[in-house]
Amino acid sequence: MAAAPTSAFGTSRRSDLIFLVLFAAAVLTAPLWASLIGAGYPDLLQKWAIYGLFAIGFNILFGLTGYLSFGHAAFLGVGSYTAVWSFKLLGMNVLPAVFFAMITAAVFALAIGYISLRRSGIYFSILTLAFAQMSYNLAYSVLTPITNGETGLTVLPSDPRILEQLAGVRDTVSTPTTSLFGLEMTGYPGFYFCAVVLIIGFFVAMKIARSPFGTMLKAIKSNQTRMNYTGFNTRPYTLAAFIISGMYAGLAGALLASTDPLAGAERMQWTASGEVVLMTILGGAGTLLGPVLGAAVIKYFENIFSAFNDQVLMEMFNWLPETLQEAAVAVAGLFVGEGWHLTLGVVFMLIVIFLPGGIMEGIRRVQKLFRRSDGASRTDTASESA
Amino acid sequence: MSILTVQGVNKSFAGLKALNQVNLKVAQGQVHAIIGPNGAGKSTLLNCFVGRLEPDTGTVMFDGQSLLNRRPHEINQLGVARVFQTPEIFPDLSLLENVMIPAFAHRDGAFKMNWLPRIDGEAEIRDKALHMLEEVGLADNRSDHAGALSRGDKRRLELAMCLVQEPRLLLLDEPTAGMSRADTNNTIDLLKRIGERGITKIVIEHDMHVVFSLAHKVSVMAQGTVIAEGTPEEIRGNPKVQEAYLGGAHL
Amino acid sequence: MDAFVLQMLNGLDKGGAYALIALGLTLIFGTLGVVNFAHGALFMLGAFCAVTIQKLLTLSKKVKDESITFFDAYKEIPYLETWFGDTGLVIIDYAVPISLLAAIPIMLIIGLIMERGLIRFFYNRSHAEQILVTFGLAIVLQELVKAIYGANPIPTPAPEVVAGSADLGILFGVPGTIVYPYWRLIYLFFSLAVIGGVFAFLQFTTFGMVVRAGMQDRETVGLLGIHVERRFTIVFGIAAVVAGLAGVMYTPILPPDYHIGMEFLVLSFVVVVVGGMGSLPGAVLAGFLLGILQSFASMNEVKSIIPGIDQIIIYLIAVIVLQVRPRGLLGRKGVMEG
Repeated sequence: MAAAPTSAFGTSRRSDLIFLVLFAAAVLTAPLWASLIGAGYPDLLQKWAIYGLFAIGFNILFGLTGYLSFGHAAFLGVGSYTAVWSFKLLGMNVLPAVFFAMITAAVFALAIGYISLRRSGIYFSILTLAFAQMSYNLAYSVLTPITNGETGLTVLPSDPRILEQLAGVRDTVSTPTTSLFGLEMTGYPGFYFCAVVLIIGFFVAMKIARSPFGTMLKAIKSNQTRMNYTGFNTRPYTLAAFIISGMYAGLAGALLASTDPLAGAERMQWTASGEVVLMTILGGAGTLLGPVLGAAVIKYFENIFSAFNDQVLMEMFNWLPETLQEAAVAVAGLFVGEGWHLTLGVVFMLIVIFLPGGIMEGIRRVQKLFRRSDGASRTDTASESA
Repeated sequence: MSILTVQGVNKSFAGLKALNQVNLKVAQGQVHAIIGPNGAGKSTLLNCFVGRLEPDTGTVMFDGQSLLNRRPHEINQLGVARVFQTPEIFPDLSLLENVMIPAFAHRDGAFKMNWLPRIDGEAEIRDKALHMLEEVGLADNRSDHAGALSRGDKRRLELAMCLVQEPRLLLLDEPTAGMSRADTNNTIDLLKRIGERGITKIVIEHDMHVVFSLAHKVSVMAQGTVIAEGTPEEIRGNPKVQEAYLGGAHL
Repeated sequence: MDAFVLQMLNGLDKGGAYALIALGLTLIFGTLGVVNFAHGALFMLGAFCAVTIQKLLTLSKKVKDESITFFDAYKEIPYLETWFGDTGLVIIDYAVPISLLAAIPIMLIIGLIMERGLIRFFYNRSHAEQILVTFGLAIVLQELVKAIYGANPIPTPAPEVVAGSADLGILFGVPGTIVYPYWRLIYLFFSLAVIGGVFAFLQFTTFGMVVRAGMQDRETVGLLGIHVERRFTIVFGIAAVVAGLAGVMYTPILPPDYHIGMEFLVLSFVVVVVGGMGSLPGAVLAGFLLGILQSFASMNEVKSIIPGIDQIIIYLIAVIVLQVRPRGLLGRKGVMEG
């Protein structure tokens, strides 16, 4: 941190506004530019938005307060289950589903956070992990009446869907699809719904990060002892951050269910919790944009890499002599398709070892290099204050 | 009138008596120094005032209220601030933020979900913090990360963080330890200047130069108990004190 | 009574595995100050040592099956059998015990490479970063194993002589009530022996003394001019061997697959936390305790009273212990609380 921030806060109202507008523009035009990199289809774009939200929320806890939760997928799962139940009982409209998912996730986060936040450091991580594993195991076993166990919870034509019943539009024959007041949440409308929610979620996260409350969270990460001796009761602060990030996870879970009304327990497994940690770190913990980038990069490469097979690889390496080609395919084959997780693991390790600040840190370094060779000092771009 | 009254405080660690029947009265508005050889129990005593340790027996009254069985933040909210032996600051935040945070605690209490306004929109708090930074001579560095400061500057920053809360009692644990002579003198001047505001101060100090330039009253501790008390002049001539310091009789 | 003893025994062998992994985790915490999320992967690598050795021993030659005369049939005969006859078959039968010997140098080398190549660069970084990098390493290791051995569990049987079950009921005068597989009994004694060995090593050797002193106060030991770091590297190696051996021995109980390590890791971390971070006796105690409790919780009588308890018991205990005893059962103050 050699260079001093331009202001004592590293940001200003104006730069944040520009940043937000740019972000919104980038998200809303994603179908256009994403097709250039072969990602221009709603399924993947939705995933970007949903996991982006999940990571933004996770970052409010981990990035700001430094508390590393290893059980955030529990809230994602809770959100999905609640949303599907909302579809089943109330109707296929996504708004009540999102609303109730966030409320339920908040209640879970309150209970889990209240207990887990009594401890810090690795104890906290293990406690959150323990709660997530309990939720996962229970969802698979005794809670089957609520979760439908291994099969997963789905919407059936025969479900009551009270609101639709009252309005007299309940279709009891075909499998219903989710909608926003009649606009079906499939394809691009589905993506745009998620995109708008993402932008709102991003705005709220920015609001929090720039507020006195957010500054207190950063101060807790920086030196909790000082916070206590400065007259702050840190526990309500961390608990509030935990609940907010749990609500983001619940929201993401509801959106997953909105785009595909199915909820399964595997969403709560601890590897899923690990994934959101990965996204946040890869992008850059503590930054606003980083988690979204991290989520997008991981989901993008997951899509690309897992689609590769030996044939595609053979074509890629056909400029090599035959024996080399086979060897190259054999090695590369480890990392793609089924082996995509290997790539993820390797990239993840490299990031933690060489670039702990993630992609955002990388961008900053490149910018600095660029600026030095440029010689001229320029006005701060929004991405720097991110 | 005394603002802090300590009576019969005992504290043992695994059978070892760290504090033995400590009595102490600190008068309103005065600078009260606590001196004594290493291991005399000075820091332990201070820890009993701020909620870091609970005495086994005894009472600690601050302005009519007990300081015992309270969490650190509650004690701070009563008006007790502490400067630590190794500066406790927020290394990842800017100097200005470092000083604004305690000002928020002073204004908003132990918890406030204050997430709607922007922190750079809190003009009143910012001006107060900036003023404080000026007073300790760090205003020019307000945008720097606090972690990059020199040790002496960190101490001054921590002092600003405590003073911005307008505490009624300020506890200073060796505020000049490890400082150069010049820095020490700067700190003494600073403490004298803020002394004019009527903040009561308890100073633990090894440097007798500091003690005698600042203190109105001195308590000498040895082996967990107060062995002498008086004005700096009285302490200087006290044979008991010289005996306690034995080899280091620089009094 | 007999049901009680049986559940106790059922818990003990699993508890032994938890204890062995937790012991290594604690050694690494205590000495290197590193939170090693790749420790489960070491357990998994140990198990796959056994798989590899078994595969090597059963390398076969295709020969024409003379007993089938209607068409050309081939059968596979292990080289060992062609070379040594029945002796060869005995060797194959003893694949797991042989793996145990082979795993010691292999795991030691893996451990040393891991420590020198990666872990040592993380001594002074935050626990979160240590967790993350070792988590990444664990993913890499298990995916590599998956790429080589596939995703399915691979059966690795115990030697024929100990394949059956012991009727421990005889000891209590009620034959036939407590039937317990020999191998699990062996596992229990094995884990106790390894634990005993590690403790004896730490207690009675100069090396162990330095390590224990280092666990208490690393800086001071460093000041004495003792080269602590090299010893800590060896400690990491030892922890890797212990985890690996636990893995080798576990293969006859549960055919290993590539994510067996992760499953054990999560539980072992809970064990470590319950036992008290940095306390070796705590890790062992909690390992057995949780193993037994888990075993009791999966009794039908218990499940009918509290449905689902078998699924969550370990985590529930962890939550309760950490609320009541914030530093775990035998934990010391100030360890790993950063």
